[in-house]
Amino acid sequence: MTPTHPPSGMARESASSFRHEVSGSSSTALGSPSTPPADAIVVTVNGQKVVVPRLMPDWTGKLAPTTMLQACAAAKVDVPFYCYHPRLPVAGNCRMCLVEYGTPVLGPDRHAVRGPDGELVINKSPRPAIACATPITSGMAIYTDTPGVKRMREGVLEFLLANHPLDCPICDKAGECRLQEYSVDYGESASRFVETKVHKPKQVDIGPRIVLDDERCILCTRCIRFTRDLVGDDALGIVNRGSYSTLTHYPGRPFDNNYSLNTVDLCPVGALTSKDFRFQMRVWFLKETKGVCTSCGTGCNILIGSRENRVLRYTPRDNGAVNGSWMCDTGRLNYKWIHRPDRIVKLGGSRLPAPAWPAALAAVASALRNAPPSSVAIVASARQTNEELYLLRKLAQRLGAVSDSVPRSGEPDRWLVSADRNPNSAGARLFGLAADPMGSNVPRFAQGIRTGSLKTLLVFGEDVTRCGLGADLLAKLETLIVSDVLPNPTTALAHHLLPGCAAVEKRGSFTNVHGRVQRVFAAIDPPGDARPEWEFLRDLVMALTGHAFPDTIEGLFNQMAGDVPALHGLEWAALGDAGLTVPMQSRTPDNEPR
Amino acid sequence: MPQEHRLILKHIDQSGYTPDFDCYARHGGYEVLKRVLALTTRNGPDGKPKSPQEQIREEVVVSGLRGRGGAGFSCGMKWALVDRKSGKPIYLICNADESEPGTFKDRQIIYKDPHQLLEGMVISGYANDVHLAYIYIRGEFVEGAQILERAIAEAKSHGYLGTNILGSNYDLEIHVHRGAGAYICGEETGLIESIEGKRAYPRIKPPYFPAVLGLYMCPTIVNNVETLCAVKHVVEMGGTAYASLGTPNNTGTRIVCLSGHVVRPGYYEIEVGEATLRDLIYDPAFGGGLRPGRRLKAVIPGGVSSKVFKAGEKVRIRLKQPDGREGEREIDVLDLPYDFTTLIAAGSMSGSGAIIVLDDSADIVAVLANISEFFAHESCGQCTPCREGSLWMAKALRRMTRGEGRAEDAAYLMHIADNIPGGRTICAFGEACSWPVQSMVSKFKDEFVAKGKADQARQSKEAA
Repeated sequence: MTPTHPPSGMARESASSFRHEVSGSSSTALGSPSTPPADAIVVTVNGQKVVVPRLMPDWTGKLAPTTMLQACAAAKVDVPFYCYHPRLPVAGNCRMCLVEYGTPVLGPDRHAVRGPDGELVINKSPRPAIACATPITSGMAIYTDTPGVKRMREGVLEFLLANHPLDCPICDKAGECRLQEYSVDYGESASRFVETKVHKPKQVDIGPRIVLDDERCILCTRCIRFTRDLVGDDALGIVNRGSYSTLTHYPGRPFDNNYSLNTVDLCPVGALTSKDFRFQMRVWFLKETKGVCTSCGTGCNILIGSRENRVLRYTPRDNGAVNGSWMCDTGRLNYKWIHRPDRIVKLGGSRLPAPAWPAALAAVASALRNAPPSSVAIVASARQTNEELYLLRKLAQRLGAVSDSVPRSGEPDRWLVSADRNPNSAGARLFGLAADPMGSNVPRFAQGIRTGSLKTLLVFGEDVTRCGLGADLLAKLETLIVSDVLPNPTTALAHHLLPGCAAVEKRGSFTNVHGRVQRVFAAIDPPGDARPEWEFLRDLVMALTGHAFPDTIEGLFNQMAGDVPALHGLEWAALGDAGLTVPMQSRTPDNEPR
Repeated sequence: MPQEHRLILKHIDQSGYTPDFDCYARHGGYEVLKRVLALTTRNGPDGKPKSPQEQIREEVVVSGLRGRGGAGFSCGMKWALVDRKSGKPIYLICNADESEPGTFKDRQIIYKDPHQLLEGMVISGYANDVHLAYIYIRGEFVEGAQILERAIAEAKSHGYLGTNILGSNYDLEIHVHRGAGAYICGEETGLIESIEGKRAYPRIKPPYFPAVLGLYMCPTIVNNVETLCAVKHVVEMGGTAYASLGTPNNTGTRIVCLSGHVVRPGYYEIEVGEATLRDLIYDPAFGGGLRPGRRLKAVIPGGVSSKVFKAGEKVRIRLKQPDGREGEREIDVLDLPYDFTTLIAAGSMSGSGAIIVLDDSADIVAVLANISEFFAHESCGQCTPCREGSLWMAKALRRMTRGEGRAEDAAYLMHIADNIPGGRTICAFGEACSWPVQSMVSKFKDEFVAKGKADQARQSKEAA
């Protein structure tokens, strides 16, 4: 079953749902029971005792005094907030997380006084505190369910809505808007406001990918802090004062850094909307599927938003070990090709016996079976999944074939964009399909074709005419078997053309440049004849070797993990949503000496 | 009869007294600083050696000096809270952003006796191991900034400022930083942000207490102009002698700014708590009473952000009785001694020392509309309740002054105002903008309701 999730909106940003890298250990769950009691503090939340670490990761991941908000999360008590984000510097401006609290009464001996029931006597503070920025102290009592807290939340919501345009019916954020959610959860049903609302700029074109509606903005400054403190691009700011405060971008300079679209996710309301996604789909119609971005070797975790077999957006999915809560704009928008009208949706090739998979695979199997050893070469793609590469490796071993992959590189940035633009170079190396350095075998393939020693070539997901195997060379081959998603000069010359799938159309796993093995799930069905490559590769390998292979991705992964030493100990189920890291022996472009 | 007791204002307004160095020196200027720099380490009563800095700080603690900017926080305590172990520099900032409507005391010092402020700052800087100090002056005081710059140049050329002050090896630089005309820059953390070159958004506390994480994330002392001048007098007289002025817990002298419907508006330096509001309004030595034929309507006792007192209002508070014992009694607000503690106990505050007197010619709705307009204009807009609430209240009052009031507007205004203060906001601006509304609407509710009803009646008549 494909794990899909309803659009959960910002609910996934609770202080506890985040996992940080703490002092090098991977994905240490916050508040794990391994915390030594000496470093723990006991507080009560709404009367319920909870033990929390004295120090917990702050937004940078460094240990800092635990906040009330983190303590409430540990007690599984929801505290609403707008401006707070676990991965941003704390601003404390929305005042939605105000709670009441008290501290233990100290006796003359400076020790906490206990009542007749043995419980600490609490002196309730006359003033509330913002849970996001107030550190807890031993014995502190936090109250989130008092009439006072209820009134404060109602008050903040009434203020936020006073000048809000209330244009939910035409707002893209509707359905995942925190102003909507909290108004339902904590607000009042009617407004007292009878004055004229403040009017501010609407449909402001602040950059190539983002439109700003200042009337919807609640001035939480999340976007400002993100782009200033995380991206290092001080591009956004507030002008004017008081209720006329207006979010804007640096005059005369578009807000166009490669992380700008994260501000759309961060925006708790519909002030910042994505030009790409706006007006495309109501978010409550979206099916959200967990995936991994395949635009580079970082492997940012994503949610694929789709409806009726159409991908409508990618949004970053939180993973402290990989991408935090973020992804780059390039990767986010790199999905349109999936629905290109010229996609290969039919079995093809000049030697297709019949337009059906069994016949096509039988023809390929027979061509390969008859190929003499060392006359076959395989160009595997570092864009394929681990499972597909594993099966290709099996095929290469059976045929005695030489193999390689095609490197793809570009300028890295200092954050998420890797120089390695293949999502699975690590996998291609791990399974022994890529030469060292990657691509160095391809000239030998050219030589082999020229001399006639190489007669059969399998190409997966690459246009080899662009890397030294020109059309004239490919024409010399006895058999050219190609699997791809989009047409190119190589697919045009194929004797056997097998339509494959985009990563969002299949299940499997990828290994990122740091050796993190991460799962992807099928968000949409493949179009036409297209089939996930692992399925038909499995059929092919079974036909050629006579060995049985599991027919589920779980089974295949687990067999692969037992078979490949680098993956020993891994299990599909244990990978979880965040993946697991395996030791990397091979060099990757990221750690290669330049 | 209470009289003025001029310490800080001693020479100000004397004929021939000018703001230049020579005049200040002729009047005994910088003598206290000379004494301070000559102090040596001495053994305290407990036998432990005390550095000159510790001796000065102790005098300030003993003096009981409370901040004259508005909150009335103990100056000695503020200095004691400074993190001296961080290894970071300690900064001193003089808050000269005097912006609370009704307040005009600091400008007298700045314009007429700038060297007194500088001497107070050098003493305070020396006492706290400060080597870089700022005077944050409000943008509208253009001439004041020039006067201060001139005074700083003079003090430097005479060796009272800069490096190796009077050969003591103590260095202090003072920079004048001009604001750009925002009330919120008077809030100490907003002021710090402003010096750092940012929008004057007040910081959240915790964690950004200036004593620990202030200017450039270093320990910082922010004191009002008058407070820093008072430090000079504390050191000059000795803490105990200073504390004998005024009343216990409300020591020394302070400058009161009297404005509004009195015959003699102006600034008066009094011993704290030695005069009542009635004295200050009616005594010929101070306000000299109301204009002929007018009756008192209300008193705003500590700048427009303080809660109003209604004429004839009685409050129950604990007070020292004539026989010397303390007891709770009912007292007319005009008989409240003008000090920090009593006015807070009576539900308001002496704030920045600005008393605004309103006689029966004042339309309370118009008064409140004016005040709320100010706060709506000055709210920095950082946190929700103040940003949205201040303008909402101002719009409602604007509507009422336009003649479009409603009978329910009194309750409507109270509802808005009740959702802003009490720690719901980042800084005290939330209280500042809501207290006048809460107090005026509740104490003059009949006027607000009557106005609303009259407007509605007229409107329905016009519609008919």
